[in-house]
Amino acid sequence: MKRLIILSLLTMLVLSASGQKYMTKSGFISFVSNTPMEDIKGDNNQVAGVLDISTGDMVFQMLIKSFHFEKTLLEEHFNENYMESEKFPKASFKGKITNLASVDFNKNGSYEVLVEGDLTIRDVAKKMSVKGILEVVTGGVNANAKFTITPEDFNIKIPSVVRENIAKTIEVTVAMKYAPV
Amino acid sequence: MKQAFAVFLLILLPTGLHAQDDLMDLLNENAKPETVFTTATFKSTRIMNGHSIERMPMGQLDFRISHRFGTINSGAYEFFGLDQSNMHFGLEYGITDWVMVGIGRGSYEKTFDGFVKFSVLRQSSGAKTMPVSVSVFSSIAVNSLKWTDTERTNYFSSRLSYASQILIARKISQTFSFQLTPSYVHRNLVPTELDPNDLFAVGAGGRMKLTKRISLNAEYYYIINADNTYMSQPIYNPLSVGVDIETGGHVFQLIFTNSLGMIEKAFIGETAGQWIHGDIHFGFNISRVFTLQSKPGKPKAN
Repeated sequence: MKRLIILSLLTMLVLSASGQKYMTKSGFISFVSNTPMEDIKGDNNQVAGVLDISTGDMVFQMLIKSFHFEKTLLEEHFNENYMESEKFPKASFKGKITNLASVDFNKNGSYEVLVEGDLTIRDVAKKMSVKGILEVVTGGVNANAKFTITPEDFNIKIPSVVRENIAKTIEVTVAMKYAPV
Repeated sequence: MKQAFAVFLLILLPTGLHAQDDLMDLLNENAKPETVFTTATFKSTRIMNGHSIERMPMGQLDFRISHRFGTINSGAYEFFGLDQSNMHFGLEYGITDWVMVGIGRGSYEKTFDGFVKFSVLRQSSGAKTMPVSVSVFSSIAVNSLKWTDTERTNYFSSRLSYASQILIARKISQTFSFQLTPSYVHRNLVPTELDPNDLFAVGAGGRMKLTKRISLNAEYYYIINADNTYMSQPIYNPLSVGVDIETGGHVFQLIFTNSLGMIEKAFIGETAGQWIHGDIHFGFNISRVFTLQSKPGKPKAN
């Protein structure tokens, strides 16, 4: 009986313990396409993300319409023709830090991490493995990473007329500043 | 004890898989409803001849060339109208995101024209809903033909015409948009006393997207107070049908219409042709957008 009570209490403790979560609603993600024909850069300053430091789970979510470009016409074409934001309004990433043990969240400093998970754009999920830097600072955690993606992987159709205007691989930059929830 | 421990571990297992979804839910439960403004109701600032609610965003310049050939029923000698040509070119600029101005010159009656278009309301959904986009359009046209009768006193003001419109449009679905355009045209000088200086019309136009970059457009203006029984020249309601093709920074509009003129005063009050008689002009509009000035606060391409 005593064992049962202890067991139940321990189980409840684990299930209810949410772990320390860090969140942001104004994270930054940008992507760049550099070609001899044209340079395209889109910035999104409204990326939402949560980092659970006890499990290493990281999730990101953003509206495609929140990516802004220098040329408004380009932004309109990005949403209407390429990303079809009416059909696929959001992009998301669900992943986990694989080397969580090497990060000490109690000590300020920079830690190299490897995050593995699924990046979903236009309802196409692709397994990604991204190297990044987690910076533990007083009152929060910052995450920075750079990786590349290929438009064709996410069913983004680029007509041959403008194929040379868009790079074959797009470089994505992530900069998030998390605060404890 | 070992058994209990094993059970304990088994209970722990499913919590790991749901953790990421729980985090996603955390993001969504705190999300405030946002207002989403409708974009790209039409592919360019014109439906066919007449204006659409679309505007030039701030700092962007639209160079437009419009061309109307002669009527298809001109016969083989005139190469079905292709031998005759009427053109209009214009420069249109977005001063701010909600004010656009334009100037142009057309060969029809050698007319110079200028306009201003204000975007008053934008269609939106989400936190704030607005069912339609509304714009207000106002233009002046100056006909620069030489006076036919130099004996009498000719006033410069006789060359002027004014057109004003309220554009009300709704993007009904991703493929279909519709616009109603109540219009008022005032001509300072008309041929005879029986011709009205003021014309009232209601325009209706729409577009249906066929593919991501091609749409089928149609436009019709019904002139309310035109009575061909007493006017010096019969005028007919302009009907235009065509296709919009968008490629990168250009929009090509291929048009079949019974109007020769390409500005409001010309196609609303001076359309002399009728579709059923084959007085159909083939024509096109080409629009090329240049970014003259990027928006403040927007990223600079590096």
